[in-house]
Amino acid sequence: MRFVGRRIAQTIPLLLIVSVLVFALIHATPGGPLTLYLENPNVRPEDIARLRRQMGLDRPLPVQYLSWLWSFVRGDWGYSYADGRPVMQRLLERIPATLELVGMSTILGVIVALIVGVVASVKRGFDRVTTLFVVAGISLPVFWFGLVLQLVFANALGWFPSSGRSSIGVGGFADQAAHLVLPAIVLASAQAAGWSRYLRGSMGQALVMPFTTAARARGVSEARIVLRHALRYALLPFVTVVLLDASIMASGAVVTESVFAWPGIGGLFTESLAKRDYTVLMAFLMCGSIAVATLNLVADVAVHAIDPRTRE
Amino acid sequence: MTLHRVARRPAIVALALLGAMLLLAILAPFVAPYGFDVIDLAHRRAAPSMSHWFGTDEIGRDLLTRVLYGARVSLAIGIVSALMSAVVGVTIGAVAGYAGGWVDDALMRFTDAMLSVPRLPLLMIAAAVIEPGVPTLVVLVALAGWMEMARVVRADVQSIKTSDFVAAARALGALPRRIIERHVLPATFPAVSVAMTIAVGRGILLESALSFFGVGVQPPTASWGNMLYQAQTTMTTEPWLGIFPGMFIFLTVLCFNILGDYFRVSA
Repeated sequence: MRFVGRRIAQTIPLLLIVSVLVFALIHATPGGPLTLYLENPNVRPEDIARLRRQMGLDRPLPVQYLSWLWSFVRGDWGYSYADGRPVMQRLLERIPATLELVGMSTILGVIVALIVGVVASVKRGFDRVTTLFVVAGISLPVFWFGLVLQLVFANALGWFPSSGRSSIGVGGFADQAAHLVLPAIVLASAQAAGWSRYLRGSMGQALVMPFTTAARARGVSEARIVLRHALRYALLPFVTVVLLDASIMASGAVVTESVFAWPGIGGLFTESLAKRDYTVLMAFLMCGSIAVATLNLVADVAVHAIDPRTRE
Repeated sequence: MTLHRVARRPAIVALALLGAMLLLAILAPFVAPYGFDVIDLAHRRAAPSMSHWFGTDEIGRDLLTRVLYGARVSLAIGIVSALMSAVVGVTIGAVAGYAGGWVDDALMRFTDAMLSVPRLPLLMIAAAVIEPGVPTLVVLVALAGWMEMARVVRADVQSIKTSDFVAAARALGALPRRIIERHVLPATFPAVSVAMTIAVGRGILLESALSFFGVGVQPPTASWGNMLYQAQTTMTTEPWLGIFPGMFIFLTVLCFNILGDYFRVSA
């Protein structure tokens, strides 16, 4: 319990640093958050001055930062410059689509990594091949892989729809599932590669530990040793790595959603970037960082709770 | 990782390919079949053929030529940004690891904070906010890539500073600065070179992703990423415009990663 408290106490200053970074980044713009209006010839200078006053942009930066932070903590994330609706509402309505995509590709990635990682740790010949595939997976430019899959499986073969979350007028489970296939594969590809490599590494360690030798000496079958004894040992660090990769998953989701016109948070981010919709961008970065920090926290706490060796 | 001996042959092939790529990039003005900006309206959107190996784009420019020139930009951004993030990462990691205490705590909290902001969106905003250009991009990519380096170096320095030869140097009256520069940093070299090799590949991927979203390298300069940006709308009609630049990104990053793996195991 004290460990949990200490980890939470560490996460808060971390998020404060992130908030300063995010705030500083947005206010480093030449026109500040009002760039969008400055570039619009229909907005008069006096309107801009009025907006600046209304939004408090004429106050000293530290004061602005504190008031922004306080509003953010209270859940008042401001309004989107693009369509005037509350930022939180815009983000919330996009969450289901992103959860669906990220969830599906995480499941897919974990399954592939489990199979590849375990088999590679046992079969030497297979290991050679997977090593190359794993490096290839890590090196793939996500957006290019997406474009190529669209080209082959959507345009040439017509097996799957090329973009969107459902077809207009069709709907239904089968239609939605078909839309999910290509983006989920793209988002899972890089992750599965890294995770397989990691699992293979810790499986390799587990298979030479004294407890596996002891099990072998007791006459336990090889399959049981691999799947019950070694895998159990290797699984905990594996789960941790999956959780720790949340940040990479977030970046991958932005790219994947953009390539496949997936109506999730990543798609909202690229739309907002094009429109320089700073309130949305700031909220996106903050939420992304909070999500990543929380998952890291969960990973640490879980390991601490399950593995007695990590406790002093 | 000691269990898995990485074969030597892929590393040699990767090194040879990278050498060839670098040479072609440097010699682009001499080896490219056409001029960089030669417009040939009679042969617009031509599919790959003997006269245009990779085909031509919407205003008849030879794609192979542009890929070769793009290699200069993409490789330069990857290599220079990796060097820069090594400088930042090694400095922060060495100071944190050597000083320990609150300095270590402060620097590592900052590193963790940087690591928990999703990297690509952060860079996309930064690139959109600042006027994009090749030098800015190099700095941005470098600023996004030093954290792993800092962690690796810090861990190395922490173990090295307790070793006997450092204790001996300290006993002889060497100042911390000299100990770090002469004794500690050279010992981190293997780990840093592995991290840098991987960082070059990651830098190329980041550049291409930024350019793909239109906030990276701007036309008329060609990079592999912005060639893809222009190609994404015509993927169905002129797929070669997207396939070739992407393949070069993939192959180059793959070679850097294979080399990095090889260094890691043999270091």
